[in-house]
This record gives sequence, C-alpha cells and structure tokens, in this order.
Amino acid sequence: MSGAGEAPVVRERALELLRGMLRIRQFEDRCAQLYGEQKIRGFLHLYNGQEAVATGVMECLGPEDSIVATYREHGHAIARGIPMTTLMAEMYGKREGVSRGRGGSMHLFDAATRFYGGNAIVAGGLPMAVGLALANRLARRSGIAVCFFGEGAAAEGEFHESLNLAALWHLPVLFVCENNLYAMGTALARSQATTDIAVRARTYTLEAQAVDGMDVLAVAAATRRAVASLRAGGGPVLLECRTYRFRAHSMFDAQLYREREEVEAWRERGPLISFTRRIKAAGLITEDDFQRLQAEAEAEVDAAVVFAESGEWEPVEDLGRFVYAETGA
Amino acid sequence: MSEARTTTTYREALREALRAALRADERVFLMGEDVGRYGGSFAVSKGLLAEFGEERVRDTPLSESAFVGAGIGAALGGLRPIVEIMTCNFSLLALDQILNNAATLCHMSGGQFPVPLVIRMSTGAGRQLAAQHSHSFEGWYAHIPGLRILAPATLADARGMLGSALHCPDPVLIFEHIALLTLEGELAAEAGDVDIRHAAVRRTGRDITVVTYGASLHKCLEAASELGREGIELEVIDLRTLRPLDDETIMGSVRRTHRLLVVDEGWRSGSLAAEVGMRAVEQAFFELDAPIARVCTEEVPVPYPRHLEDAALPSVARIAAEARRLVSRVP
Repeated sequence: MSGAGEAPVVRERALELLRGMLRIRQFEDRCAQLYGEQKIRGFLHLYNGQEAVATGVMECLGPEDSIVATYREHGHAIARGIPMTTLMAEMYGKREGVSRGRGGSMHLFDAATRFYGGNAIVAGGLPMAVGLALANRLARRSGIAVCFFGEGAAAEGEFHESLNLAALWHLPVLFVCENNLYAMGTALARSQATTDIAVRARTYTLEAQAVDGMDVLAVAAATRRAVASLRAGGGPVLLECRTYRFRAHSMFDAQLYREREEVEAWRERGPLISFTRRIKAAGLITEDDFQRLQAEAEAEVDAAVVFAESGEWEPVEDLGRFVYAETGA
Repeated sequence: MSEARTTTTYREALREALRAALRADERVFLMGEDVGRYGGSFAVSKGLLAEFGEERVRDTPLSESAFVGAGIGAALGGLRPIVEIMTCNFSLLALDQILNNAATLCHMSGGQFPVPLVIRMSTGAGRQLAAQHSHSFEGWYAHIPGLRILAPATLADARGMLGSALHCPDPVLIFEHIALLTLEGELAAEAGDVDIRHAAVRRTGRDITVVTYGASLHKCLEAASELGREGIELEVIDLRTLRPLDDETIMGSVRRTHRLLVVDEGWRSGSLAAEVGMRAVEQAFFELDAPIARVCTEEVPVPYPRHLEDAALPSVARIAAEARRLVSRVP
C-alpha cells in the first residue's frame, strides 16, 4: 500500500493515522454534546469530515515548523500534539486552557508547538505565515511555515497579496487550502469566478496541486513532497485539499444551502470510514484494533472533560493582563 | 555644556535612528513600499539599501495587508521588523492585520505571543496633498488596546523613539508628521533612545495648559510666544505617547493653570482631544476655572487648495484666539 517515493503504510503507521483522525472526531463529537449542555459557548466550528487534511499534513512536519490555522482549528491543534486536556479547558474558557481561556474554540494558541492560532478573520493568517517563513529564512533556520485556510479565503485580497509576496521572496510557506466547497453557506461556484484554487496559485508562480482531501495517505504524500521541496530551498507550495464538512458551519447553521443527498454522498467517502475500510482490507488492522483505538480516544476525551470541569476561572482582577507583554522583548 | 551638537533635520534624525537600529541588532530589518531603491517616499531611508543590503532593507509590493502581516509573523518568529507604511491613509488597507492580529494576539493567546513590531507611517496635512494623503489617524489608533502610539514632534524624539520602540515587546506605531520633515535644529551627537512613557512640558506657563502633539506642537509654541508678549503664559505639553496617555503630567499641569486647551490635528468628533478633555473632566473637574476648549481640524476631508487646507487645520491664529478667549473667562 504505497506509491513511488511515499512513506510505506505499515501497521504502526496505519494505526497512528487512524488514531489521529479518531481522536479529532471523538473530541469534536464531545464538543458538540457539551455545546448542547451549554458548557461550551460562543461559536463552535467543527472539523468533522476534514480530519484527513490536518492529520495527513501534520504527519510530515517537525517541531521546528510553524503552524497558522483558522477558526475551525480543533483538528489541527490535536494533530499538532497539543494535549486534549488544555484544549478542552480552552473550550470551556478556563484559565488552564491553552490560551488561558481568553480565546475559546476559535483562538487556540500554543508556543511550545509553534501553533500560532486560530485566526477568525478569513485569510487573516496568510500574511502572518509569510512573515514566520521570512523569519526562518533570515535567521537561517530550517523550519517552514504551514498555513491552513478554507477556499473562501481565496476571494480575499490577503490571499492574493500573501501568495504573491511569498513567491516573490521565494519563502518556505506551505499554503494548505481546505476546499470544503462552502464559505459558510455560499458555494464556491456562487462566489468565485475561478473555482480551481490551484490554478489561481500558479498564476503567482507557486507550485500548486489539488489533492483528494478525504484520503489521509494522499494528503500526506503530497505534503511530504512539498515539505521536501521547501526544506531544499524551493519556493512556496499550495495544496488544495478537496474535502467536505459533514456538520453545519457553526452550531447556528440550519444548512438551508445544501441538499441532504449531497452530504450523504460525501459521507460515503468520509476520511475515517474510507481509511478504516482500506487498512482492514489490506490486513493491517483488525476490528479489535479499531475498537481499541475508539475506546482509547474516548477515554482521552473523558479525561480532558474532567480536566476542563475541574479547571478554574481566570480571576476577574486579571482581565487586563496580557494586553501588553509582561516580559521584555 | 561641552556636549557635541550637530545641525540636523527631522528627516535626517529619522534616518539616523534607522541606521543605528540596523547597526545595533541583526534581528532588525526594514520593509515597506519604496524604502529601498527609491530611498523612501519621503527620502527617510535614502542610502540604507546600499549600506545594509537587500535582505535587511526590503522593497515590498503594494500590499499593505500582506507586508504588515508579514511583519507580525516575522516578529513572532523572533525578528525585530520595522515596517514603513507610506502614509497613514494607506494603513487602512492593513487595519485588519494591525487591529485583529498585532493588537490582539498577546492577550488572546494568554500572553504567549507578544508582537514586538514597529510600524512607522507618515501622518498629517500641510503639503496640499488632498484628502487621501493628509489625514491624521493616530487618534484612531490610540483607541486600540494592545498598541502603543508615538508621535515624535522634535528632533530628539525623531532620533530616539524608534530605538526605544524596538526595545518594547509590544506593537508600536510611530506617526511621523510630513510637515516636520524639513524641521531643522541642533541635536546632541550622542542622541539616542528616549523615554516613551511620559509627556514632556515643552514650555512652562501659569495661565493655560495646552496639550498637543506632533506638528501642532510647533504651532502651539508659536502661539505661546505671541501670547507671552501680551502677558498670557501658556504651558505647552507635548503628549509624545498617545497611548497609553500620561495622565499625571497633564493633570499636574491643569492643577497649576486651572485651564485646559487641547490642540489636535485629528477631527474633533471622537478625537484624541475629546479623550484628553474627558479625562480632565474625570480627574481634575474641580480644578478647572473655565470650560475645556479644543482646536481641531475642521470636519471635512482635507481639501487641496492652500487657503482651504489652511482653513481646515489648526493654526497659530486659531490657537491664540482660543487661548485669549479661555483666559478671559472668569469663574
């Protein structure tokens, strides 16, 4: 089960990728439930259906690389290795959260893993990723910057400005466009004259490729090639991962803009069921393995909820902390 | 006074500050539109490309949002970027990055990601550049928690504020007034970093506290000289730092003079002048012997012809007239 030059799919790797996607799915299913219980408030954008993208990309990155993500970033944070405990505490708004409760679902930050957030302004993270790559280049560091965004961002000026600047300065940025076909409720074809994102990236001279975003192995293979090129001094690369969001845009979305049949058709190609089917058929894992991974992920989520529940609220006296830095530059 | 002094200009002082910063710290680099080969649209960075090379003096495309955002990213990545935006009017194209990222990340990340970024931009009117090159938005930016806003009005501050800003872990916006670029005077040869936390009393006087900043400082000082000959003594305070405001210096003066006039090149409504006035009401109301007065820019987009531009801006005549009116009011 591997193509030319790709990492082989051995049992350990199959289990690891499946575990990665299951952890995201279970974490978010619980978040949806907790939202219903009003433990989590504000906006909650679930990644359900897109797990193969974050899981496949993160598999190819190292600790020296910088990540910039969007407001739909629970999956990226988990895949990057941020503990579920502090992530869940952030969902609750507790001081033990990754952002000390100040960010919530849309604004997960973690300096230890170079996770530069959850940015809730569409395309707002792209210029930052260009700058992180510039810093690596000027400081002669090997790290690359990886920027996740949706296809809706391709309509924003910051997308075009950032691709141009990264290409002009030949910077090590991997732009990962997660094309889930809908910018909130507006279909790509209803809002953008050119619906092929990779084509648009090529006009700025980027290496660009469309990938099946429902296939974790395809995402990982494309990412591995891109990262190798970037580390070897190549210019920026864009991957358009064609994927689908199974759940609503946010918890307030009645989904009037798409047909149930369309959702069901995509579900059949879901990243978890398709990958599980595939590695079972290849004899790499058994149903028992699957059940065990499910149970482990569930136990991890349970522990994260206990951690969040027992967390504390930031004292109101500390409201004004961190508006300005507390340490010297 | 054995200290060596040299004659210089505001523009040269700004350039010397850039040169010193680039020399002092290899993490520092300059980027913006036309900062390199052109030498800066106001010639501030002239010669720096030749001295420091293309890696550290970087011409950018006309993409304010991207290069300001890249400055934020580079700051997060451990560098000390200086981003030049040609005029504050153009900075509106980068407002998303300045407000939603630079000003917000430190707090929103629970203190993990301070943004040690310096953004320089020109501000102000007086050169007949009409309504898309002549406005003063520093008061707007001073509304935003997380930013530090500086407005150098003197040669020492033009020379010193940049270095101090680079030592600050927060995003700092420096507003350089276009009408001051040719300001000439003497500066200590050893001039360097300056305090960026306090306002400065530029002239002492017993009758009226005049609070101002930027190019308006020089109009206020001229008015003060004129009124001094009439026996009216103005105490002129240069805010220097527009956020956070130095209430102590302002109120200390108001408690001595019991009268306050605020002069601001921004528009009156919702202005920095309004903020200063309101703080005086909150903190020194019972010290006041007369209503607070303001001289601001007229509420029109700044027009092109000289006589209309002059009429729109605070002038020495308007400042002096307002001061005379204020001192004539008896409680």
